[in-house]
Amino acid sequence: MPGTPATDAPPPGDVRAGTLELRGVTKRYGPTLAVDDLSLTVPAGKVCVLIGPSGCGKTTALRMINRLIEPTAGEILIDGTDVRRRPAARLRREIGYVIQQVGLLPHLTVAQNVATVPRLLGWAKARVGPRVDELLALVGLPPGDYARRYPAELSGGQQQRVGLARALAGDPPLMLMDEPFSAVDPITRERLQTDFLRLHRAVPKTVVFVSHDIDEAVKMADVIAVMRAGRLVQFAPPAELLADPADEFVADFVGADRALKGLALTRLEDLDLPPAPTVRRGEAGGDVRDRVASGTLVPIGGAVLATGDDGHPLRWVPVAAIGDRVEATPGRTEPLLSPVTTLRDALSALFEAGASHGVVVDGAGRAVAVADVATIGGGLAAPAEKAGDA
Amino acid sequence: MSPHDVWEAFNDPNLDGPGQLATHVRLSLIALAAATAAGVALGVAAAKLGGRWTAFMVVSVSNLGRTVPTFALMALVVALTSIGERPALAGLVLLGIPPVLLNAYTAVRGVDPAVTDAARGMGFTRLGVLTRVEIPLSLPLVFAGIRISAIQIVATAVLAAAVGAGGLGVLILAGLANSDDAVLLAGAVPTALLAVGTGLVLGLAQWLLTPRGLRPRTTSHTLAPHRTAPRPPEKDTP
Repeated sequence: MPGTPATDAPPPGDVRAGTLELRGVTKRYGPTLAVDDLSLTVPAGKVCVLIGPSGCGKTTALRMINRLIEPTAGEILIDGTDVRRRPAARLRREIGYVIQQVGLLPHLTVAQNVATVPRLLGWAKARVGPRVDELLALVGLPPGDYARRYPAELSGGQQQRVGLARALAGDPPLMLMDEPFSAVDPITRERLQTDFLRLHRAVPKTVVFVSHDIDEAVKMADVIAVMRAGRLVQFAPPAELLADPADEFVADFVGADRALKGLALTRLEDLDLPPAPTVRRGEAGGDVRDRVASGTLVPIGGAVLATGDDGHPLRWVPVAAIGDRVEATPGRTEPLLSPVTTLRDALSALFEAGASHGVVVDGAGRAVAVADVATIGGGLAAPAEKAGDA
Repeated sequence: MSPHDVWEAFNDPNLDGPGQLATHVRLSLIALAAATAAGVALGVAAAKLGGRWTAFMVVSVSNLGRTVPTFALMALVVALTSIGERPALAGLVLLGIPPVLLNAYTAVRGVDPAVTDAARGMGFTRLGVLTRVEIPLSLPLVFAGIRISAIQIVATAVLAAAVGAGGLGVLILAGLANSDDAVLLAGAVPTALLAVGTGLVLGLAQWLLTPRGLRPRTTSHTLAPHRTAPRPPEKDTP
């Protein structure tokens, strides 16, 4: 899903999606600049997540797009047309709007709520009914069961699904979503996010999505706009944002665990891991000491990995404890990692096992490499001494 | 004294119970209509146009209006004008406005801001938000105010007799003056029944006017998708 928006293919022609462009948009409240010279372009059919700490101006920026707030300076263009060219109410009928508290009209049924914008647009009744049913089905609420219910009869997650259907009903080229999934429990949120992505793939609207949750942003966005104190500090696809934060603030905001988030995008096989320092059970002690002395065998913490004849790891053995022959009974070699394990999962496995090193085994179970915390962390300075952790 | 005596007194041509009842009802209806119109208009206007100062004034004046003794209010109106039907109506209207005004104001103010924000965001004009969102959502509370107002007006219209406007108060005052309990009750019982009946009728009206989605529910989470029970008639909200 993350990609370079500008080079991706445009959405299919029969789906309405508009290009959104903000040029030097500024909102001033007295001496305070809520939004300061914000310029960005969201290509048609892409999801742009506006993210930042509370008070950074992300919601103000969003509400200026449908003129719920009028900018002090700058211009906002949808498909090249300034939003101020039309009366605000008319403009808003062609922009989907979803908010955290949903705001369904409680005195109207689910179907009537979804029909709101088509009615405002003056659609014929014969066209509204099928459209409502289509949308309810699209958001996973069978119209037969839900059309005649009232909002108070629905769960929070169901209400937000209706909110989504309502926003899509008029087939708007642009959707504005202000923390739409923040008010529901984490499991429901996850489902709504996934369903929204599925929906977006089927009906690729241009979406501006305000969030304060970096995980949500990484998951949903084609492009993330990080804001701070009214200014845009970085505008990049999620992978780029994680890998290369523009400054300290973005790095901080992305999270102390941004490395971990990035680690989920990389697998052990992508790293240049040192080979496992293996010795065969039964190998002569003298040979082992020779190989260590010549540098062809590099013990870890003074220990080498004893394996069976099939190459399967048996246990870690201190070099100093090896006598005439390598003697090893099967012991503790956890965690065993696979080349396709993501770095994030590898670290998790290491922590779970309380080990500093994990043995990477190939498909046949042979020890092929060793992964340690420093290597996985990439560029982490290794401690000078790593003694006694065999 | 038996119920029969009361019935006789009520139908005594000199006292004209039925006629006084009709006058009582007529005075009450006129006063209620005027109080409702004024209360709703003022309440909605204050809620939509006013700020904190307006809120303070609305609440204070309304509460003041409710604490001034009714008889004192009517005496004041009589002192300022004259005796007769008009001052009696003026007093009843002034009495009836505060509950409606306060409830209309509170109701419009109390509409969930998320709902009005969503409505504006979808493209309702300001007038559309008022007429198709705020007012429908305010109806139940407004009607509760009208009901309180109506009961107060019906009960207080007894005092219209004291300023020469007639009504069931004529019988009550005559009964008191002559220590005739039958006559007193011939005025008091219909008044009480009228007040209780008004409360019941308007309570039903309030329930019927409450959009189904706003009605308190006891089984909200177990509603069958296809209901077979007939739905009570319901106002077709715009």
